[in-house]
Amino acid sequence: MKQILLSVGLLLLTVTIAKAETVFVTLEKDNAIAIVDPIKGKLLKTIKVGQRPRGIMISNDNKHLYIATSDDNTIRIIDSETLKEIGQLPSGDDPETFALSPTGDRLYVSNEDDNLVTVIDIAAKKVIKSIKVGVEPEGIAVSPDNNWVVSASETTNMIHWINTKTLEIVENTLVDPRPRAVHFSADSQQLWVTSEIAGTLTIIDVSTKKIIKNIALKIQGVSRDKILPVGVVIDKLGNYAYVAMGSANRVAVINAKTFEVEKFLLVGQRVWNIAFSPDQKRLYTTNGTSNDISIIDLSSHKVTKSVGVGRYPWGIVSKP
Amino acid sequence: MKKFQVLLILALIFTLFQSNISLAKPKQFIKIAYITQEKSIPAALSNLDAFVQNKGLVGAALAIEDNNTTGQFTAQHYELVKIIVPLTGDPQQWFIKNITEDINFIVVNLPVTQLKLIADLPQAQNKLLFDVATRDDDLRGQQCRDNLLHIQPSRTMRADALAQFMLKKRWQKWFLVSGTDKNDRLFSKALQRSAKKFGMKIIAEKIWSHTYDARRTAQSDVPLFTQEVDDYDVLVIADEKGLFGEYLAYRTWKPRPVIGTQGLVATSWHRTHEQWGAVQMQNRFKEAAGRFMEEEDYAAYLAVRAIGEASVRMKTNQLTPIKNYLLGDKFALQGYKGKPLSFRAWNGQLRQPILLAAPRSLVTVAPIEGFLHKTTELDTLGIDLPESKCEKKE
Repeated sequence: MKQILLSVGLLLLTVTIAKAETVFVTLEKDNAIAIVDPIKGKLLKTIKVGQRPRGIMISNDNKHLYIATSDDNTIRIIDSETLKEIGQLPSGDDPETFALSPTGDRLYVSNEDDNLVTVIDIAAKKVIKSIKVGVEPEGIAVSPDNNWVVSASETTNMIHWINTKTLEIVENTLVDPRPRAVHFSADSQQLWVTSEIAGTLTIIDVSTKKIIKNIALKIQGVSRDKILPVGVVIDKLGNYAYVAMGSANRVAVINAKTFEVEKFLLVGQRVWNIAFSPDQKRLYTTNGTSNDISIIDLSSHKVTKSVGVGRYPWGIVSKP
Repeated sequence: MKKFQVLLILALIFTLFQSNISLAKPKQFIKIAYITQEKSIPAALSNLDAFVQNKGLVGAALAIEDNNTTGQFTAQHYELVKIIVPLTGDPQQWFIKNITEDINFIVVNLPVTQLKLIADLPQAQNKLLFDVATRDDDLRGQQCRDNLLHIQPSRTMRADALAQFMLKKRWQKWFLVSGTDKNDRLFSKALQRSAKKFGMKIIAEKIWSHTYDARRTAQSDVPLFTQEVDDYDVLVIADEKGLFGEYLAYRTWKPRPVIGTQGLVATSWHRTHEQWGAVQMQNRFKEAAGRFMEEEDYAAYLAVRAIGEASVRMKTNQLTPIKNYLLGDKFALQGYKGKPLSFRAWNGQLRQPILLAAPRSLVTVAPIEGFLHKTTELDTLGIDLPESKCEKKE
């Protein structure tokens, strides 16, 4: 019921402000974030945020941006309207990627250099626990039902399943080399994992923690060495999944029901991370080495625009 | 007192038992030896780079740590057995004495001659040796051995990386200068092969004979040395020990770029390398060693990580399944260079991208875009299967 109310509310909101939408992009080498109007396809402005900003998320009420400034060893909280910093969270060393709990009260941070996952109570701005994981933890996600946190360690090549109640690792699943991004299906039944070096996508059944499908991503005319999948997202209806393919400069469109790769969309160079628009009508990609973002229309599965944003665009989120 | 001891032992057994229960299965032990010999401090051109005695060892130790972090989830435990042969010691004797029955994997950081002697010992026949020091092509060619894998890129791989870059830059006319050392001649040979392979011209070739006091007279000798050669695009240097190469840049008669063992170098690892997660590796290494990671460290790290990766995937500490996995199609090692690393089954060479680096900037990474290969572009570097003279393999 709450969810229906919320979506009705969101719907009203989108109607009232007439398609206004804002996209925030972290720029790793510019120590800044870019603010983009995706409807007009225009860069609105760039603001300085701290050293080496990478992971970025937005609170459930869309009011606060959380930005990992890796070289400052902190996560900054920025007001999404005024764009002023309103606080910092103790993230541990070198925060890169992090996940927000569905209830909005906790952040789970990967500390790549220390092989830790740091759990932060957002309201108290305190570390609740540091959990030892494998070597170089990177991708991290919380299941929508709030039962699991998964952490992928790049060198250990494992998915660690952390129980959100006990904050202990309960199980480990070995996956293909250099797992990068993890994403749960909306019903919390499946976990999708990209393995950068192997060029594969692994789909794991959450209840059994067993691999149900392994997809080798192949593109005709592109050598295996260039297929380096990173970001992965699945739409709320569970129809399509999208995978950023790194140096292959493409986004894979995958039927989330049949696991069939339907097509590849050419975007910018070294595409890293991807995010939906709030209404899931568009997909945004950060293209690491061409310094732009691509905007993909999801009804036609076509790239409609690319917008130059600054050096090394890394993370991306949007708000209505 | 006795009673206390008994209690203590009981308590110990209990905790061991407990920890086993919590892991649900007994631990599997994987012993990896690392053998090297102390080196005397070589003559150096300058005192800028301090001599490092433990190159390699820190890399191996870091990989053991990484393996054990993974091992805590797979109930496997890795141990590094360090064998440091003193300057006057005999590596063969140390090998025989220290490599026990339960050690299957040995990382060898020794020069070619010593490596061959060790690899041919009867005690080394049912072992797998990881050569982290040599770049010798013969050892990977007609003199290859079944119990030997090579982690560092060979001379031909390095020369091909340089040649691909020079072809792309259209620096097609080379002036090749080589030292008098045996290894310089070998690298010079590799460069000649690459020139032929990629259709480049070596328009002049000279030996730097060390008959001058370069330190005092580089300003006057190098212009003279390079004056009579006309119409070349690039000066290519083969000086592996670094005895004269640094003096050539900026002192040639004509203004020309310098490439090879000095100037722009071909290397498996470099302190300027930061892409593909390498910055994490650089930071972790610096923290552990208090210095930058060198090629031997990187090679030793990869060797131990390769054993870790294979043993985790195959859930074993046994030689045969691990060796088969390493040489098989499934093996893909993450090496912070953006491409999966694997072994060439035909000669045991680790295939990998090669960095082309200037002293303070990474210029590019080979294979260079556009050099194609039917199986993997990484095999455009070095001796490919059809030309391999190694007879043991497929």
